[in-house]
Amino acid sequence: MDNGQECTSGLSSTACDVGAVPAEEIAAICQTFGNDKHRMLDILRAVQDRYHCISPSTMDSVAAETGLTRIQVEGVASFYSFLSLTPKGRVTIRLCDDIVDRYAGLAEVVAVFEEVLGIRMGETSADRAFSLEYTPCIGMCDQAPAAMINDVVLTRLTVDTARAAAEALKAGRTPDHLISERYAELTPHERATRMVDNNIRHAGEVLLGPVPEDAGLDKAAAMMPSLIIAAIEESGLRGCGGAGFTTGHKWRFAAAERAEKRFILCNADEGEPGTFKDRVLLTERPHLLIEGMTIAARAVGANEGILYLRGEYVYLRELLEQVLEDRRRRGLLGKGIHGIRNFDFDVRLQLGAGAYICGEEGALISSCEGLPGEPKTRPPFPVNRGYLGHPTVVNNVETFCHAARILDRGATWFHAMGTEGSHGTKLFSICGDCLNPGIYELPYGHTVREILEMAGGQDAAAVQVGGPSGTMIARDSFHRKLTFDDLATGGAIIVFNGERNILEIVEYYMSFFVHESCGYCTPCRVGNVFLQKAIGKFRKGLANPEDIDYLKELSGTIIETSRCGLGMTSPNPILSTLQNFPLVYSAVTKPNKDRIRDTFDIQSAIDGARKIAKRRSYIFDRDFTQ
Amino acid sequence: MSGTKKETGFTFTIDGVEITAYAGETIMEAADEAGVYIPRLCDHEGLRHQGSCRVCTVKAGGRSVAACTQPAAPGQAVENESPHLTKMRRDLVEMLFHEGNHLCPICEASGNCELQAMAYRLDMTETTRFPYLEPCRALDASHPDIALDTNRCISCGRCIRASEDVDGKGVFGYVGRGIHRRVAVNGENLADTDAQVTDHAISSEVCPVGCIIRKRVGFVTPIGEREFDKGLIGHEIEARRK
Repeated sequence: MDNGQECTSGLSSTACDVGAVPAEEIAAICQTFGNDKHRMLDILRAVQDRYHCISPSTMDSVAAETGLTRIQVEGVASFYSFLSLTPKGRVTIRLCDDIVDRYAGLAEVVAVFEEVLGIRMGETSADRAFSLEYTPCIGMCDQAPAAMINDVVLTRLTVDTARAAAEALKAGRTPDHLISERYAELTPHERATRMVDNNIRHAGEVLLGPVPEDAGLDKAAAMMPSLIIAAIEESGLRGCGGAGFTTGHKWRFAAAERAEKRFILCNADEGEPGTFKDRVLLTERPHLLIEGMTIAARAVGANEGILYLRGEYVYLRELLEQVLEDRRRRGLLGKGIHGIRNFDFDVRLQLGAGAYICGEEGALISSCEGLPGEPKTRPPFPVNRGYLGHPTVVNNVETFCHAARILDRGATWFHAMGTEGSHGTKLFSICGDCLNPGIYELPYGHTVREILEMAGGQDAAAVQVGGPSGTMIARDSFHRKLTFDDLATGGAIIVFNGERNILEIVEYYMSFFVHESCGYCTPCRVGNVFLQKAIGKFRKGLANPEDIDYLKELSGTIIETSRCGLGMTSPNPILSTLQNFPLVYSAVTKPNKDRIRDTFDIQSAIDGARKIAKRRSYIFDRDFTQ
Repeated sequence: MSGTKKETGFTFTIDGVEITAYAGETIMEAADEAGVYIPRLCDHEGLRHQGSCRVCTVKAGGRSVAACTQPAAPGQAVENESPHLTKMRRDLVEMLFHEGNHLCPICEASGNCELQAMAYRLDMTETTRFPYLEPCRALDASHPDIALDTNRCISCGRCIRASEDVDGKGVFGYVGRGIHRRVAVNGENLADTDAQVTDHAISSEVCPVGCIIRKRVGFVTPIGEREFDKGLIGHEIEARRK
């Protein structure tokens, strides 16, 4: 039944029937994380990695060890895409099904995996060796199609490389060996760059050019915390994740709150389809990032930080752990940083588990607390009461990197770059139909046309700025500027040439939002399903002119009543294409003829009754006599 | 107590009516005291505010906010029963109808059902343009005294909060994500939990629809003499207005 809901006969879906995991083994995993309920995501990730399933009895054990109820554990386990209540294979192959991957030949790659492994997408092999799944954007749009094989990433898949990989796995090779025969001898950085290219096409002055090590932290250590905040404010730095809140103000609010403890959280949950800039910073500038977090800690008086890394970037885990360890060893993290009394700060890595919503700062905090990634009620705001109720600064990876550079080079230097209201440089991740997809560090203020020329995307007919939650523009808007005041973006610029079907793109983006809505509030949970179905009508050529008004009205309700930014922006693919590509819609609508609804299909309408009755209809089944 | 309360009081308006509020109060709490009804489904007296159904959406200072979680602010002009807001609330209530399987004529809760009553209050009379999702949902009759017909669940989570915060039990909880998010029980089925028919979470006032059913008391109050046969939902709050 195509109703967005699974059809199950029982109360719970088929649970793991694999041999029950001994409670002592689960207890040992919980013990690793101090039996702390706030580390639930780590506990369940560890269980998933080891047993490839989170069974009811496992949830009972985890609940007992952490002092929760089983339903609370199940609430977390059933929320994240990478956790599974049903048994998965020892190797899970997740193929990225972003629209960019689809246009880069995903279907052929899928066919190869299905053929070689002998299972269909969504299935697990009978011997529990393999699972094949689709997953939304994994941040590799500049080298699509891409896939995750457990913790390893394969990019630029072709029919041939996919076949080689699938056959190697089938022959019993480990995912690591798909990357290199000598995987064990490679450094974490070598491993990461063997898997994934950086594709830095234009290095700017701030982030990707030469960066002296810890120069910003050296200066900040000698400054009064209030002066650090003042410098960030004067620089005009605004959040680089998309929302663009003034960073200095955020730090000031958190510092002003009376509190025993404060926290610095880094949002590395780069989930907006088409965005992959943080991936490159995490690979090439990890020290700069931690330096920025440490400066923020100094500025607001925080002793603890969390780096929230999206589950899709698990291949960067050991690289980042190594960086943290290295900095601890050098006295740049830990107690008495720079020999300053009371300058104590350390960072823990928190891995996500496949949930776009965790990029929303409240949801990110919930996830760090070991809860389902649901946004929090605002007010209170995170700077007042965030992680575990303490004042919390949540900033994007790029924002922290900028902050470190501002402390080194000065607010005036940064402020002079870009435009009024949009200062400094920005990393743009450009992908889709262009010759040079990759990362471009540019000052704010370039036009879309200029960027397209740099990337070799002059054939573009449509550009999606800011990912699905942003705006889709047509050629007549290519003169517009990439600034907070004109076209704002967290970094994503997706180029589509004239051969792409706009409605197909829109339908894909709506299915993405349906998949990624947390389900907390009614309009986002239900309304997006309705929007997706309505677009399906247009795609099938069954839409009437009134359906355009329906799309607008329903979008309006979702935007105005949703609880967080996901629902407030999820209708954007529809609204921005209705505005900028109206002919695409009018071309496929036709008025009702004879007041008969084209969408009414008697066969599908009676299908449910037919199944219940276990017989076919004399009147309506065309093939009854057969 | 009331003396100190008065000192911190301030006023704001809802649809032009002046309302007195106290520091820390939500828009809805202040409105309830003043006898101004703001439609709601997931919020219930005595339970912590959740802000998930969004039916209580109001315009405060031009912004859409959930009245059940938004603190009242001095001097603010709040818009409640405008045609625009009523239309959006009707959309939300329709979404809840279409998300589950709600067959009022055969439902034990008909007449006591807040979803049905809200549809009447919001004048949900025209044919709907939304598609029916017609999900397959389970009936759990395992418990000797209680049945759950999740076809009618609107995911308001009132039972979850009542069980956790009032009963101190945790019989219910949310599982899943997005359109698959639903209220589930702490075990294989309800009989597997420590739920009792005397729990506050199971009482007739907590479940706004006909999902949580107490066995053997169905139709004790005949149709025609039920709560919303006496007046529109919210009439009791509106009766407080001077």
